Amino acid sequence: MSAAHPLAPEQRAVASRDLGWLLLALLLVAAPHALRMPWWLTLLVLTLYAWRAQVAVARAILPSRWLVLAIAALAIGAVYLEYRTLFGRTSGIVLLVLFSGLKLMELRTHRDAAVAAFLCYFLVMTNLLYTQSIPTTLLMGTALLAVTATLVGLSAPQRPMRANLRTAGLLLAHAAPAALVLFLLFPRVQGPLWGLPQDAYAAMTGLSDNMSPGNISQLAQSDAIAFRAEFEGEPPSPRERYWRGPVLWDFDGRTWRMGPGWIAPFEPPQGVGRYEYVVTLEAHNRAWLFALESAASLPPRARYTNDGMVVSATPIRTRMRYALASLAEPQQDTRASGSSIRRALDLPPGANPRARALAQQWRQGAQDETQVLMRAIAFFRDSRLGYTLEPPLLGRESVDEFLFDAREGFCEHFSSAFVFLMRAAGVPARVVTGYQGGEVNSVDRIITVRQSDAHAWAEVHLGGRGWVRVDPTAAAVPGRVDLGLSRAARQGDPVPLLMRPQLEWLRGMRSNWEALAHRWNVWVLGYGVERQRDLMTSLGMRDVDWRKLTAAMASILGVFTLVLLAWSLRRLARPDPVQRAWQAFCRKLGGSGMARAPAEGPRDFSERAARQLPAAAAAIHAIAALYIGARYGRDAARERVAELERRVRELRVA
Amino acid sequence: MIRALLAGPRLRSWFYGYGAPERGSVVLGHRRVYILPTRLGWLYAATLGILLVGSINYALQLGFALTFLLAGLGLVAMVHTTRNLARLAVSTGRAEPVFAGEAAQFRLYLDNRARYDRPALLVRHQRSGAQLVLDLPARRVGEAVLAVPTSRRGWFALTRVMFETRFPLGLFRAWSYVEPEARCLVYPAPERAPLPAPAPDTAAGSARTHTQGNDDFSGLRAYQPQDPPRHVAWKAVARTDEMLTKQFSGAAGAELWLDWAQLPTLDVERRLSRLAAWVLDAEQAGLRYGLRLPGAEFAPDRGEAHRGACLQALALHEGA
Repeated sequence: MSAAHPLAPEQRAVASRDLGWLLLALLLVAAPHALRMPWWLTLLVLTLYAWRAQVAVARAILPSRWLVLAIAALAIGAVYLEYRTLFGRTSGIVLLVLFSGLKLMELRTHRDAAVAAFLCYFLVMTNLLYTQSIPTTLLMGTALLAVTATLVGLSAPQRPMRANLRTAGLLLAHAAPAALVLFLLFPRVQGPLWGLPQDAYAAMTGLSDNMSPGNISQLAQSDAIAFRAEFEGEPPSPRERYWRGPVLWDFDGRTWRMGPGWIAPFEPPQGVGRYEYVVTLEAHNRAWLFALESAASLPPRARYTNDGMVVSATPIRTRMRYALASLAEPQQDTRASGSSIRRALDLPPGANPRARALAQQWRQGAQDETQVLMRAIAFFRDSRLGYTLEPPLLGRESVDEFLFDAREGFCEHFSSAFVFLMRAAGVPARVVTGYQGGEVNSVDRIITVRQSDAHAWAEVHLGGRGWVRVDPTAAAVPGRVDLGLSRAARQGDPVPLLMRPQLEWLRGMRSNWEALAHRWNVWVLGYGVERQRDLMTSLGMRDVDWRKLTAAMASILGVFTLVLLAWSLRRLARPDPVQRAWQAFCRKLGGSGMARAPAEGPRDFSERAARQLPAAAAAIHAIAALYIGARYGRDAARERVAELERRVRELRVA
Repeated sequence: MIRALLAGPRLRSWFYGYGAPERGSVVLGHRRVYILPTRLGWLYAATLGILLVGSINYALQLGFALTFLLAGLGLVAMVHTTRNLARLAVSTGRAEPVFAGEAAQFRLYLDNRARYDRPALLVRHQRSGAQLVLDLPARRVGEAVLAVPTSRRGWFALTRVMFETRFPLGLFRAWSYVEPEARCLVYPAPERAPLPAPAPDTAAGSARTHTQGNDDFSGLRAYQPQDPPRHVAWKAVARTDEMLTKQFSGAAGAELWLDWAQLPTLDVERRLSRLAAWVLDAEQAGLRYGLRLPGAEFAPDRGEAHRGACLQALALHEGA
């Protein structure tokens, strides 16, 4: 085998056309990254792309290997300085984008181009790590088509690119059913296979396990979705929509913290106002789940804490879906351990003297805890505290400064001050954070709860009634709870754009879009262990495990491949009209004892037949001439084929 | 015995799905199309493996979707690569005789009866490495001319020909072998710098060499490149725009015997080469010539057919 193999990818130089397609594919997959990368790196990568394009157009030579290595070393060093690591998720992805540019600078052969195309597949994947939204998916689908068309173009350099693009589309269309089968049946496993980079979940937003002045108002400026809830039947009224999250016990004068929590056996409460619903929770990298107060059942494998939180065993790092039930008016559970009561009364010594004095004053004139509570609520209702998304910064005496100096704040200030006052007055109290409200989508009736609905309220323990919810913000600013954030906040505060009341039509459009996005989240992005099991059960496969799934997957794929092969060959098995006519001719002659010998060509056979059957000699010669012309000549015109068919039909042999 | 069985034609024909050589039009049934991943194909598989692990690790549902779409693409590419070759019908055309040392031009007709085109087909002659790549449009017959170098006179059989494709993605290589029944006649290589045609030998019945006999004009025939310019009928050319050559007949033409026995000092192959060169020169000079070989004799004549018959006899001469 001395001669070079003309199909071997190492041997074939890349044509500028194919390079152009590769660059297009790279631009599509790198574009979303460009917005996340440091500007200098975006500029460098674009320069490398443009450089390679210029080399191809001008038929110039590629830069030397040493120059490319030098650029690589400098760029990697700069990435290190920017991120302080090369192995984090973000820095790793940024390096991949950089390599796509560097690879182009040594791209000469078909093989190099194919490797760069595979790199494109990686870059598609890295985009999905940031967002799996519908627009990203559409963009990445387009990129996939471009990459595939590039590969087809590399394999068929002489073929017009339109045909190659069509082939790429056909291949992807054929691949789609196989992909669907794999997607549905590939056994899903829970959790990561090994430790992820430190910054893997850095970008997730949500409530944290502590609350200090300013951090909820910060969160409330985000329009991002926290979770969605689908109710069976009518959703609860805005007033009832308290979504319980972390419960904060420990106060150091400025910050409230969760402190240690206990898992408690779950005893479903009795009561009225039952709601059954399914929550689709966005990943927030914390273990707690949100439930409408008060939870009456738990999702599978979730647990319950002694302060009424629903928690999962592991942090929620992917969008999660769970079903549960809640009671709007549960019968009160009056039990509480002595230690938790002591904890709910604890305060840092010395701080906030003015608030303490106020609390002492309430305590002295009151007969029981309920009366203290009434006084506190009256204080909040009447003292004209302001509600603002931009609260003034507070110092060490945060409660005093809020209540007596600044006199305006956000829900964290209200709840913090309220719980402080209650404890100072000897009433056990704690802070509860979570979300309040949510918007009902007019299209699919699903309630969407955003980060801007983040809220903090309080619970006090009353002797005869147990823990009771008190919302000091609602007492001071009644509109907060009934109308949502946007109308309660002062005019001029930076309310998220779409929360502004003037933009109704825009909100309508967003409702439609979000209904679609929700379905996408639930059915595509939320397809995990649970959904897979549900689907298999509804298809009649009970107790599925990975063995059954794998067996089903393999057999369906095997059948699929065979069907595809049979389908693609079937269209060939049918002989063309010329061949059909000839076969009919041979059959006719065969019927009168003139079988064609296997090795006999059409000319020899027809001459022999004409000698044997002189009556039909003219017709036989004509048929043979037409057949030879159509088969071996350049003469396959439609009329000629029709004439051949007609003559064979009319041939009469005795 | 097992070795005999393994080497035997039956096993071979079972294994390759055909027995050699094959006559007429050979259809590459899917049973005789082999397919294996290329190195790029393995690299692609490795890429998919990494994408899958990443999807599992980050529980990335769209990552799964991407990985599985690419896996499906690989599967479909396998089918499409097979399809690009399967059911291609191969037949051979006539190969014009050549002189030893020249390349025999084997014509293969690739009949694409499918409704789709078959791009980037490699046709490769296994023994010599002669190869070419061609694109076959849908429902068309393509012609591939394999230039296979020859070295010895006689019949030259085209041996195994490989057809290969990596279309559409280059992840798989599908190939198939055909051993068509096609052969090419190889004339002895004419020995250049030949002796001038030998002197007339009256005893052997050869004739006068002096003239071209332009007295016995017998008609016009189509011009052939080797015709001497002064035999071209220039008047007729001017009239009809067609190159015509005047033909002369009869005893006026020179007659020449090319005789094996005239070259007693040379070995067999050199004798045949010398005779081949003489045949060419005599034909070009427009002489009437005869050829005498041990066991064969061709009466003096001239023209394409006569020249071919003489050269064929030289090519197939089986003298020791």
